[in-house]
Amino acid sequence: MQYALLIYAEPGYDDGLTDAQREAAALDYSALGDDPRCVSSSQLHPVEAATCVRVDGTRTLVTDGPFADTKEVLGGLALIEADNLDEAIEMAARIPAARLDGVVEIRPVVQR
Amino acid sequence: MLEEVFRDEWGRVLATLVGYLGDFDKAEDATQEAFAIAAQRWPESGIPNNPGAWLTTTARNQAIDRLRRERNLAEKIRRLPVPDPIVDEFDDTVIKDERLELIFTCCHPALPMDGQVALTLRALGGLETAEIARAFLVSEQTMKRRLTRAKAKIKATGIPFAVPDAHRLPERIDAVLAVIYLIFNEGYSGRVDLGGEAIRLGRVLAAVMPDEPEVHGLLALMMIHHARQRARFSGEDLVLLDNQDRSLWDMDQIVAGRAVLDRAIALGARGAYVIQAAIASLQAAEPIDWPQVADMYRRLAELTGSAVVELNRAAALAQAGDAGAALELVERLDLDAYLYFHSTRGELLRRLGRNDEARAAYRRALELATSTPEQRFLTRRLEEL
Repeated sequence: MQYALLIYAEPGYDDGLTDAQREAAALDYSALGDDPRCVSSSQLHPVEAATCVRVDGTRTLVTDGPFADTKEVLGGLALIEADNLDEAIEMAARIPAARLDGVVEIRPVVQR
Repeated sequence: MLEEVFRDEWGRVLATLVGYLGDFDKAEDATQEAFAIAAQRWPESGIPNNPGAWLTTTARNQAIDRLRRERNLAEKIRRLPVPDPIVDEFDDTVIKDERLELIFTCCHPALPMDGQVALTLRALGGLETAEIARAFLVSEQTMKRRLTRAKAKIKATGIPFAVPDAHRLPERIDAVLAVIYLIFNEGYSGRVDLGGEAIRLGRVLAAVMPDEPEVHGLLALMMIHHARQRARFSGEDLVLLDNQDRSLWDMDQIVAGRAVLDRAIALGARGAYVIQAAIASLQAAEPIDWPQVADMYRRLAELTGSAVVELNRAAALAQAGDAGAALELVERLDLDAYLYFHSTRGELLRRLGRNDEARAAYRRALELATSTPEQRFLTRRLEEL
């Protein structure tokens, strides 16, 4: 099955890390990207760079900022191929944000 | 009689079918059909020697028939692999017990807690949806939706039908035990016999996880508590341990519970369930060894860091004769909003002859009391002072 791992964290969640912690986190992120089960993975620019678009009839409404005004923001995502939810949970648990007060939301991808 | 057999076999047959078909709904349909056939035939033909194997084989054949029919319908579109039916193998030894896998599916932490509880009672306990609805005071419709949602999530998110990896197993077993204990505690208030259901489920767990100490700890705890069920109420009034009519206790179940407790301890159980079971066992003895009860509460408090447990330890210390030490302990607790903190404090002060302070504590307890029996009890205490 395919799962999306949506990585949420507070902006600047990694500011207070020691060099060693930062290095460990970087290694874990690249390990995720290199995992053969990982279809794709991306880090997103901060929410200051977010733009929202809605279409009302023929008018396109463009606003500054993220869709939801929450403490934790979507900071990255990965698309993985896993046998089942438990395997996806194992992979999600290795994402540094999960252990640094952030959270990883797992969503199965609709198969067509 | 037939009902007993059905209840005992349901979880086992369903588990095998889920493992075989990889689909909860299809497995449930096939199992249901097999049980319906048995209900029709067995009253005349008698219960087969191995009812579980009979039911499993019949359910499997039902499922295969159904797959065939569906395949015939869908033949032009695609070919489903259809397994061959098994006709004559009524040998239990060849049927793998997959209830353990089923337990971990039903109690998967990705499911909402109420869904885990309902699914466990339905799939493993073999309770009808209507019965579960009654036990939790919701409509059958609501319960049906709850079960459907849980099963839909299992399918959509790929919750596996599998025993978790060794490194995840302890936390996943904790999650399973939490579900069973929650069912047991719901039963404590005395609606449908959920206490009995939880024990039945606990026995299944102990059978499929014979070497897990905490599984036996929880089962022992539930058995010993449940054995005192009939003595716990007098009409609507709650009867405290001290005043319970011991002739109403189910002594056989206490003895059996203690044997399970011994097994848990022999396996090295050190967790909260086994300590609570040990406390329940001590409290079922005559006379009660209160210093040891207090010591068990100390261990439990160390484990849980719970102030309520400390309060229970204080009560045990007082019963052991040391009201002074008990009061000292109570005064350190931050439980001002808790009724039993004030009633325990009042009781200790009374024993120490500090009646004015005792009255004040009982009054505070009375302010917090919400149920009539509690209010009656506290008013009586106040009058006695």
